[in-house]
Amino acid sequence: MIDLKGYGPALLDGAVVTIELAFFSLALALVLGLIGASAKLSKSRVAIGIATTYTTLIRGVPDLVMMLLFYYGGQVAVNNLSDYLYDAYDIDFFFQFDPFISGVITIGLIFGAYMAETFRGAFLAVESGQIEAARAYGFSRWRTFHRIILPQMLRHALPGIGNNWQVLLKTTALVSIIGLTDMVRVAEEAAKAERMPFHFFIPVAFVYLSLTAGSELFIKWLNKRANIGVVQGS
Amino acid sequence: MPEFLAELLNQNDIFTGPTIMEYWGGLVTTVQLVFLSLILGLLVAVPLAIMRTSKNPLINGPVWFYTYIFRGTPLLIQLYIIYYGLAQIEGIQQTFWWDIFREAFYPALLAFTLNTAAYTTEIIRGAIVATPSGEIEAAKAYGMSWALRMRRIILPSAARRGVQAYSNEVIFMLHASAIASVVTLVDLTGAARNIYSRFYAPFDAFIFVALLYMALTFMLVFAFRKLENYLLQHQRPVNS
Repeated sequence: MIDLKGYGPALLDGAVVTIELAFFSLALALVLGLIGASAKLSKSRVAIGIATTYTTLIRGVPDLVMMLLFYYGGQVAVNNLSDYLYDAYDIDFFFQFDPFISGVITIGLIFGAYMAETFRGAFLAVESGQIEAARAYGFSRWRTFHRIILPQMLRHALPGIGNNWQVLLKTTALVSIIGLTDMVRVAEEAAKAERMPFHFFIPVAFVYLSLTAGSELFIKWLNKRANIGVVQGS
Repeated sequence: MPEFLAELLNQNDIFTGPTIMEYWGGLVTTVQLVFLSLILGLLVAVPLAIMRTSKNPLINGPVWFYTYIFRGTPLLIQLYIIYYGLAQIEGIQQTFWWDIFREAFYPALLAFTLNTAAYTTEIIRGAIVATPSGEIEAAKAYGMSWALRMRRIILPSAARRGVQAYSNEVIFMLHASAIASVVTLVDLTGAARNIYSRFYAPFDAFIFVALLYMALTFMLVFAFRKLENYLLQHQRPVNS
């Protein structure tokens, strides 16, 4: 085994932080993606406009810049808000904007925009006859959604979700830049202190590699499950 | 509007001459870094993609390994390994390489080039594999050699199929280049971070730089749309 100079436990904790960050961001991205896709497919011009602005803005700005904006700007905004609340309503409210929360918000917002595109395509791939049939059976809108549309659109959305997840996982490394002690941060500090960059960064790279490789297998399995009963053309 | 603008400019302590020049310097660094790494990456990726489509595992195996590693790990880690690692290679400080890699620009350029080359290799490979077999058979029937076939038939048609995915990669690279600021390079993001810490004005510093990146992104999107139109001219409907 490689000697991690006593940084082993810290690296392990960091890896757990990375995985937590990735899962929370994914959850937020999926919710935002569903909302965004529904807005884009709705008939309301306002909703379409907001959703389009959101996805366009996100695609134009680097993830790191957005993260710095939310982390540094978020704290200033919260401070201003709490000053205002204290002065105007005498409410003592304070909230520390930590790197983890900024990371989840930024990554969730970014991948929410990509998920919205994925879900939009998947929703459109569900045949309208299916929805009409459900309505003819007297299904309510919600029931149509979760019994008919969701199971069928998931099959089309899964490959896109899988790709987004792979990119998301690698984007979590950026949160170390705003000070989150994930495994990249621990490795960076250890590498600087011990003057052994390869010794610490290469194991971290392999953790990422095994996470992406494991996800790849899992997504393949999910795809296979979601496509049970679909006759595949050769 | 003009009154509001004039008032804004009069009260503005942040966007003065020196700050604007700092952003300009950052813009130059970012554009140089992204442009050079994309050009070098593309030059590396074309032969690698051809190797990657070879049926000989000794040829395609190492290329597969390279793209797998570079696509499976974050660019930030690759940058750290190259930036901090190069200085640790024994004896490098006595060679001329040290004059090059001592500055942060070149390790960053190397990391970005290797990363984008890995992604581009897979894009080109996908485009090559998708060549209709009839085109290759026709080229063979005309007696074209392997090299001629590659140059005249396979690569041009792969370029048409790959250009859309490649435009995404270019934009991804522009956005990924923001991490150059963590290895002391003053690119656009680096300039914004300096200005933020000087004035403690996160919104001004980062929103301005976000707008600059957005302008660059949309310029690239526009340029690639023109390129796509040019490459796919023959597929356009007749009356448009």
